[in-house]
Amino acid sequence: MISGLLLEALRAPASMGALAPAEWDVLLRQGRHVGMLGRLGALAAAAGVLPVVPSRARTRLEAALEDVEQQHRLVRWEVIRLRRALAGTGVPIVLLKGAAYLHAGLAASRGREFSDVDLLVPRASLGEVESALLREGWEMEKLSVHDERYYREWSHELPPLAHPKRHVPLDVHHNILPPTGRLRPDPRLLLEAAVPVADDSLRVLRPADMVLHSACHLVQSGEHHKSLRDLGDVDALLRQFGASPGFDDELAARAAALGVERPLFYALRFVAKLLGTPVPEVTGRAVQRAAPPPPVRAAMDRLFVAAVEPGPPRDPARRTQLARAALTIRYHWLRMPPALLAYHLARKIGGRRRRG
Amino acid sequence: MKLGALPVAELTTRLARGLDVDTGPFVVRVETEIPALAEELRLLYGDFPVDAGGGLADFHVSVRRPAGPLGLRRWWRQQAMAYLDDARPFEPLPIIMAVPMLEWSINWCAATRANQYVMIHAAVLERDGRALVLPGVTGAGKSTLCASLSLRDWRLLSDEFALIRPADGLVDPWPRPISLKNASIDVIRRWAPDARLSMPVPNTNKGTVAHVRPPSLSVARAGEPAMPAWVVFPTFARDAAPHLSPLPRARAFFRLAACSFNYESLGLRGFTTLSRMIDGCDAYEFSYSSLDDARSLLGALPLP
Repeated sequence: MISGLLLEALRAPASMGALAPAEWDVLLRQGRHVGMLGRLGALAAAAGVLPVVPSRARTRLEAALEDVEQQHRLVRWEVIRLRRALAGTGVPIVLLKGAAYLHAGLAASRGREFSDVDLLVPRASLGEVESALLREGWEMEKLSVHDERYYREWSHELPPLAHPKRHVPLDVHHNILPPTGRLRPDPRLLLEAAVPVADDSLRVLRPADMVLHSACHLVQSGEHHKSLRDLGDVDALLRQFGASPGFDDELAARAAALGVERPLFYALRFVAKLLGTPVPEVTGRAVQRAAPPPPVRAAMDRLFVAAVEPGPPRDPARRTQLARAALTIRYHWLRMPPALLAYHLARKIGGRRRRG
Repeated sequence: MKLGALPVAELTTRLARGLDVDTGPFVVRVETEIPALAEELRLLYGDFPVDAGGGLADFHVSVRRPAGPLGLRRWWRQQAMAYLDDARPFEPLPIIMAVPMLEWSINWCAATRANQYVMIHAAVLERDGRALVLPGVTGAGKSTLCASLSLRDWRLLSDEFALIRPADGLVDPWPRPISLKNASIDVIRRWAPDARLSMPVPNTNKGTVAHVRPPSLSVARAGEPAMPAWVVFPTFARDAAPHLSPLPRARAFFRLAACSFNYESLGLRGFTTLSRMIDGCDAYEFSYSSLDDARSLLGALPLP
């Protein structure tokens, strides 16, 4: 099936060596749509099949790899400026997601397209970090009163920041999930366990927590066409850490301590199903306790697989659109209690009508 | 097989399904059901091969008629809208603007997606294997100059894009139709009465626009790159005597970078490629008021 090309390429990169030009036409368009051209290039290179790929496709993959290299260079530079800006505060910088994979030198960063920096800081230091950044020239996105309140009171991050000369988006988080949601992991556990990279002023989450954060992001993110990239993150992290002694037990224990076994259950289920990722045994058994009732599980299976499936490059299938809509509703449902959700949606819809 | 060899009826059917046109560095899949567009494509792209690439296209451009509310737009005040895979960068326009819209769409795809090249907004011409690069802001007369030179002594490499290869510094040709605006249309008709132009389209956001069919020989040699030798920044100055003044390389570098679509996003690759290019070139500022003067002065540029 032609729309399964992208999943097949991610699951078995060597298979890219046998694709016909017309298949590349679809694969490259799907890859670009989900922001994974660079990843495809890195996988093809690692599998040694880049030299046998049709030359037009190879050109595109190599260009995507170069683009990723430049994005990574910009992110590294931004992190240097961040360290300088926050040095006086004494608040340690804990990097999340792409920037963390990059600075920790993980396989998950290979060919990964990203251009923003995500930080985790203690909630008590949020004000201090914000004013240090503003003092050093970062600017906060101008928001409506409602959106400003949304970020400040109901979300787990500051409104988006960026330095006007460098334009690298910066998200400062105080937790990995919104404080209004059903799941409330204690961010202090994450911060206390963070491990240094380079010197002590720069840290990343410890391996198990990295997987958990990535799992939460995968199943609770609002951008479903990017879900495949999140899935790729979980896959790469599990493949890299899975073999280290003690990782399996620790992952199960941390998921329980942070109360995020349900997202981990889904993440493990979907990476295994879609990308054939080996699931650590102890954790695999442990998260069964957090499994949803069978009808919910079956519904989520169908929705998630349909939403992730990139489908034909133009006009995603009706099925995909419906699945993405359903997951968007779920996303909001998990983020806020019903009354707050109703209020938020009313403001959003009202605002849109006033503007329109 | 060349696009011009397809009978109109067959071309129309093929375009409805999507036709792969080999434009040189990029295979463009053009899909449209607008009959007038098929005819204009035959005029402008007649010399380009079709069906190349074995089904792998670099850009996918679909120009369709949006139905509008209740499907009314199908009959009344028809529009053309460009769908570039998941991107729709342009507002729908009156259907008469379908040709410029197709051209802008192809340009948009390259400018945003072809980072295998350092891309400069410039016209490029070639003589004896060496390329003349004419970077230009809109209104500098770059396209008029490009059309006039390519219809006489120079080979057309490109009207809008200098595609510089980071690996060896050569410029890949992209000899697509040349876009003329307003008064330039009649200037070129007088300059080369044999030149074939598409139907002028009035009232676009660039004024009246018409495209020149690229010379057949330039299209046939679309696979032959050239090494840049001259970087000339043109300005059109009515009634002024022609003036060519050397430009220091460092200043030429920054002006070139400012005309680039992707210098910033390429980072180190962009810097290395452009600085190597400018080291091997002579740079000039050039103001002119007559195409004859331009032809003789630019034709006499010494090799660097």
